[in-house]
Amino acid sequence: MHRGNVPFLKLTGIGKTYPGVVALSDFSMDVGPAEVIGLVGENGAGKSTLMKVLGGVTSPDCGSIEIDGVARESLTVSDSMRAGIAFVHQELNLFDNLDVAANIFIGREPTKFGALRLVDTERLHAMVQPYLDRLGANFSAASPVASLSLAQRQMVEIAKALSLNSRLVILDEPTSSLPISETESLLKVIAGLKAQGIAFIFVSHRLNEVVQACDRVIVLRDGRLAGHLAREAIHHDAMVRLMVGRDLKVAYVGPAGQPGEVALSVRDLRTSSHPLEAVNIEFRRGEILGLAGLVGAGRTELARAIFGVDHLAGGTVMLDGVPVRFTGAADAVKAGVFLVPEDRKAMGLLLDFAISENITLPDLPAYSRAMMVSGEREREQAETSRSDLGIRTSNVQARAGSLSGGNQQKVVLAKWLAMNPRFIIFDEPTRGIDVGAKSEIYRLMRRLADKGVAVLMISSDMEEVIGVSDRVAVMRSGRISGILARAQCSEANILKLAMGTHEMAECAA
Amino acid sequence: MLNLKKDTGLFVLIMVVGAVVALINPLFLSPINIANTANLVGLFGMFSIAQAFVIITGGIELSVGSMIALLGVIFIDLIANLGVPWPLAVPIVLVIGVILGLCHGLLITKKRMQPFVVTLCGLLIYRGIARFYTQDATAGFPFGVRFETLEFITTGRTDLLARATGGAMTSISIPHSFFLMLLLAAVMWVVLHRSVFGRYLYAVGKNEEAARFSGIRTDRVVIAAYVICAVLTALASIFLAMYTRSILPSSHGNFYELYAIAAAVLGGFSLRGGEGSIVGVVLGTILLQILQNLVNLLGIPSSLNFAVSGSVILIGVLADQEYTEFRKRRELVKTRLTAPEPASAKVPEAVESTS
Repeated sequence: MHRGNVPFLKLTGIGKTYPGVVALSDFSMDVGPAEVIGLVGENGAGKSTLMKVLGGVTSPDCGSIEIDGVARESLTVSDSMRAGIAFVHQELNLFDNLDVAANIFIGREPTKFGALRLVDTERLHAMVQPYLDRLGANFSAASPVASLSLAQRQMVEIAKALSLNSRLVILDEPTSSLPISETESLLKVIAGLKAQGIAFIFVSHRLNEVVQACDRVIVLRDGRLAGHLAREAIHHDAMVRLMVGRDLKVAYVGPAGQPGEVALSVRDLRTSSHPLEAVNIEFRRGEILGLAGLVGAGRTELARAIFGVDHLAGGTVMLDGVPVRFTGAADAVKAGVFLVPEDRKAMGLLLDFAISENITLPDLPAYSRAMMVSGEREREQAETSRSDLGIRTSNVQARAGSLSGGNQQKVVLAKWLAMNPRFIIFDEPTRGIDVGAKSEIYRLMRRLADKGVAVLMISSDMEEVIGVSDRVAVMRSGRISGILARAQCSEANILKLAMGTHEMAECAA
Repeated sequence: MLNLKKDTGLFVLIMVVGAVVALINPLFLSPINIANTANLVGLFGMFSIAQAFVIITGGIELSVGSMIALLGVIFIDLIANLGVPWPLAVPIVLVIGVILGLCHGLLITKKRMQPFVVTLCGLLIYRGIARFYTQDATAGFPFGVRFETLEFITTGRTDLLARATGGAMTSISIPHSFFLMLLLAAVMWVVLHRSVFGRYLYAVGKNEEAARFSGIRTDRVVIAAYVICAVLTALASIFLAMYTRSILPSSHGNFYELYAIAAAVLGGFSLRGGEGSIVGVVLGTILLQILQNLVNLLGIPSSLNFAVSGSVILIGVLADQEYTEFRKRRELVKTRLTAPEPASAKVPEAVESTS
């Protein structure tokens, strides 16, 4: 399989469990010089845990890691670097206020004038140039990083990896935000370096590029090795077949009645992140519409645009058939359009405020007399919410930050349930929440829908999307690539639409 | 709850410092010294409370001193030279304050400028205008011109006990500036600690994004904070003008913004926003004035004045911070002892990062 090369890195029987989640289980793989290995799997399949293990950030619970024949139980970050393992992360870790050379040798700058330790810029640039030449980079060592395109920045990261004598470069979703032409040149760079003996692990949702670039593919599912494809066997369908088939533990509970009229619709809506793509979609009362798609497909941007926190690049939002213009979240809230944001701690809650204060915040005048907050009414509402939503706390005056993730999310929900929602968006509603609290959140969502609210649930968790939604819309590259009725909601169908393995694979702008 | 603890601590500190000074120099408790200190506490308290409203949003107002100079010069010119009746001149000055605060607030929210930059420019601009306005000369009242009612209101003193008993008993004559400051503090306490707007101020200061996602019009809240700050400062500028009676526009009010910030910080406000109480800023003002007084009464060279205040603020804030850290660590240990089971993977990380 490695064309006679001896693998320098070998994982055997790696397992890692987090409270309530098996992230990796009995996973084995090896890496030899000059090969490009594709690593694919759905969100939550265990790819990031595997990368953390390789990077020395996390220690596995069991199994062994063998480097150049020396076996050990876990790696530290410096072990990993010394072994020649380098990472190029999706969100690049570059200082865009510095130039290329400074970024590549940050912390290792050549100095001059002895004790003065001034940076020897000339020598620095001379040291960097060979690495840029090896990559065939079309920018210079002195270019400011701020002026580079995303693909060029990735090359800077790769050059940095080369300067650290890396043997294995792990690329995390390297092409997810690149246009086609830049993707091509990145793949060429990978091929060139492979010829020089460098190995790559290519983590990607873009199956086309996996097909183009990889010598073999490892498929992860539920933390296990789901399959191994040799070069000749790498096809879309083969990969998707191995990725799907997870245990779907969330039991679908249907709506109490037929979905009602359209509560909110968007016409030709363009978000600032994907201004060229127009989104059209309708949300009906009493229905939970799941919105699936890869990270970066534009789902959160769509939610923010509807909620009025981002400017629309075009199009209209209609509420009950009437066009509305929300110039800020305050307008949306007034109209009964609510958002449960993705980042609960930064946007959903004031962690230092009391639970009761968080619940009443969006509708504070309703708990006031003559614009003075009535502590009594506030407490009453908080107690009602506590028993209604099952918020587990001994005291509603406690800091919201003292609650567990699931209970914090219930407080965010309580804010909106205490008002009159017409349309409510949940962005990744159960991220970082334990299993028990998850099902409670699902029940609350269903209850809302049954009360006649239109619900939009953005989720990257396939189990959740299929287990909760009445219909599923899938987004890809800023547009709705398809809407699936309940009967068609299968992992395979959603994945195909999300990854564009269908016809439109080459349309990315 | 946290505020109450901080305020109590500060109160105890004031008592201790006061007792020590009084023991060394009994003049500290003389009626005239108390009345003078109360007057300064009143004057400085007004614009320190003003500053507190901006700091609670996470902002800062550096133009306070220059604003006091400019508005003071304008006020004196209006009533002394232009013959504007003072009941009209007062609202004019307050309206100018509203306009200045509105400008700061709009630049900060709508133009996304940093509060430090906007108000630093204000500091330079208003000082410059004040000096140009008077041709750099001292603004004052012509000889013999008097405004009895206005003077009584702003610089008068009343012995409450004597008033109440018809002169049968006397106590200390307290300056009216102190009474007004107490009144302002009471009103502003209700606004900050009891009203919807006050809750919004804390929310915006703590986490503007979360406040916005809760449907609060955060821009309006921030603008309102700058307007309140400027109006209260304008009011203080009238009292200060009447107190000094003559204004040298190049130095009047110099550094006052820093006194105000110091009082707020000493009173438990965080420059990151979202923390602090009205009682705290008033106590902070009192402590700062006692420290000034102490320098005079204990025969410390008056050139060391700033150094003493600076050291006390530094030590006070440092001690407060260390104590908070200590309490957090203790709480963490306690929760780990009582609940060792959950999230065993996460806790060790948290301990490392705090220690």
